[in-house]
Amino acid sequence: MEASSSFNRNRSKLMNSEKIFRYLLIGSGVLIVLIAIGIVTTLFIGSIPSFKEFGFGFIYSTDWNPTQGRESYGALPFIIGTLVTSVLALLITFPFAFSISLFLGEYFKNGKLPSFLRSVIDLLAGIPSVVYGLWGFYALRPIITDLGLNAQGFGIFTSSIILAIMIIPYASSLGSEVISMVPGSLKEAAYSLGATRFEVVKTVIIPNAGSGIFAGYILALGRAIGETMAVTMLIGNSNKIPTGIFDLGNTMASLIANQFGEADGLKYTSLVEIGLLLFVITGIVNYIGKLIMKKLSA
Amino acid sequence: MNTSAQISNAKLNRRLLKDKLFTYAIIFLAFLSSVPLFLILFELIKKGYKQINISFFYKVAPDTMEAMVAVKNNEIIPGGIANGIVGTLIIVGMASLIAIPVGIICGMYLAENSKGKFAGVVRFIVDMLQGVPSIVLGVIGYIWVVKPITAGFSSLAGSVALSIMMLPSIVRSTEETLKMIPGTLKEAALSLGVPYHKTMLRVVLPSGISGILTGVILGISRIAGETAPLMLTALGSAAISTDITEPSSAIPLLVWEFYNDPNLVDMIWSASLFLLILILCLNLTAKAIAKRWKVQY
Repeated sequence: MEASSSFNRNRSKLMNSEKIFRYLLIGSGVLIVLIAIGIVTTLFIGSIPSFKEFGFGFIYSTDWNPTQGRESYGALPFIIGTLVTSVLALLITFPFAFSISLFLGEYFKNGKLPSFLRSVIDLLAGIPSVVYGLWGFYALRPIITDLGLNAQGFGIFTSSIILAIMIIPYASSLGSEVISMVPGSLKEAAYSLGATRFEVVKTVIIPNAGSGIFAGYILALGRAIGETMAVTMLIGNSNKIPTGIFDLGNTMASLIANQFGEADGLKYTSLVEIGLLLFVITGIVNYIGKLIMKKLSA
Repeated sequence: MNTSAQISNAKLNRRLLKDKLFTYAIIFLAFLSSVPLFLILFELIKKGYKQINISFFYKVAPDTMEAMVAVKNNEIIPGGIANGIVGTLIIVGMASLIAIPVGIICGMYLAENSKGKFAGVVRFIVDMLQGVPSIVLGVIGYIWVVKPITAGFSSLAGSVALSIMMLPSIVRSTEETLKMIPGTLKEAALSLGVPYHKTMLRVVLPSGISGILTGVILGISRIAGETAPLMLTALGSAAISTDITEPSSAIPLLVWEFYNDPNLVDMIWSASLFLLILILCLNLTAKAIAKRWKVQY
């Protein structure tokens, strides 16, 4: 009798901790969802005053004027600056990232040299943004000045080069993975028909792994769009629409980093709205990247 | 007959040449990409090693005047980055305290419910969180903690922002690792009458610990060098601050401060060098763990 009741007590205790554990598991998932919802609603609520003031004009207005009494804020110069800088960075990265993907995924899969290159790429991903910015400022900027591309060496082009180096790891890693997964039988079939390796790359590997490589670039673009410190230090932080790639400019992330600290009132909510736009843009870009990847694995 | 053979020969040679050139181009470009790393390392070591001495680790960052006098007398700038080191330890430590338990449990949930609908939603959101720019998380930290809770810039706000940032990598690495652990292991424990939660916590989780640890360390190394979100949350402080409701410095914040102060320029390199070495060590540790205790069955 006594034994059975203690058995039951233990059993119910066990069931309890079992239940708690299951709730904990689901609870953590719910927490993640709540965090995401929280982020979105926080940004929305924060940008309501600015939206009330400027409406959708905020997106295409080119004015950023914090003078008291004549305050007017528009996001267009920063949206353009962000897109130009990151797309240019992606274009610069492309030949390098593509070469690395092929090098690691097809040409030299094993051995000391590729594992060396792999470590280098990993380390590149580990360097903090602010250090890239420093290096860009002290080592790259003088070169840009010497070439006469920009008087002070700042600007979109300078930041794009640094961004390009920063996103090499992200742009190349997915590519080398999908290239190495191209079925060997396909490649061998092409070789047996007398194709050279270059022709195999062109006619077998790229058609097969192309969308995966592309997805990697899209995800790298998402990285570049949200990058802050290195860009802040190099782009020149002008609030006008850039007239060319050697002109000064500003990105959304860099603008927030520069002006958020001292902001209040209308400027503060405008900056939060810029944050919301940045969140939405990176969200869309990443979503497209994931979509391509999903199609790939399906 | 002869000429057609010559033509096809020339064509073949051209194809082979193209192939060769392409191979060389690939090798050249791949290795050209590794040049910046060495240039950066070289620059940091060359300019930074002078400042690194014992006082670098226990003295706080110097103020502008001290630095100016020292530079004028051609001396090494006195002071160190102790306020940054302590700040980084506290901020990153608190962020880990928040993110590691939540991340591991959530990763377990996703691994256990690989096909559930809600799990799919969670997985999607984790992916999306991974892509949120760090500066946006800084804004979130500001609105969630700086304004309502600590009524001013604080290291707690920085930790909250960074914890959201490191969460996705912990969740995904936990999920990926646990998925590799064979179901038979779990079934064996369950069939012996071990309750489900004990099976998960004492059998499944420990067998995947190295993969999870790798994810955690990579997550830490990802946030240790973050500057932008801390500019909006922890702000920076000249003194060592251990109160989490007060502003605090961090190593990347110090680099930013030194960068903006012409008198302190010499300090940039040593602080960056230290930060970089710290992060490289974390990465190497993660790699070593992944290699040494590979999860395999």
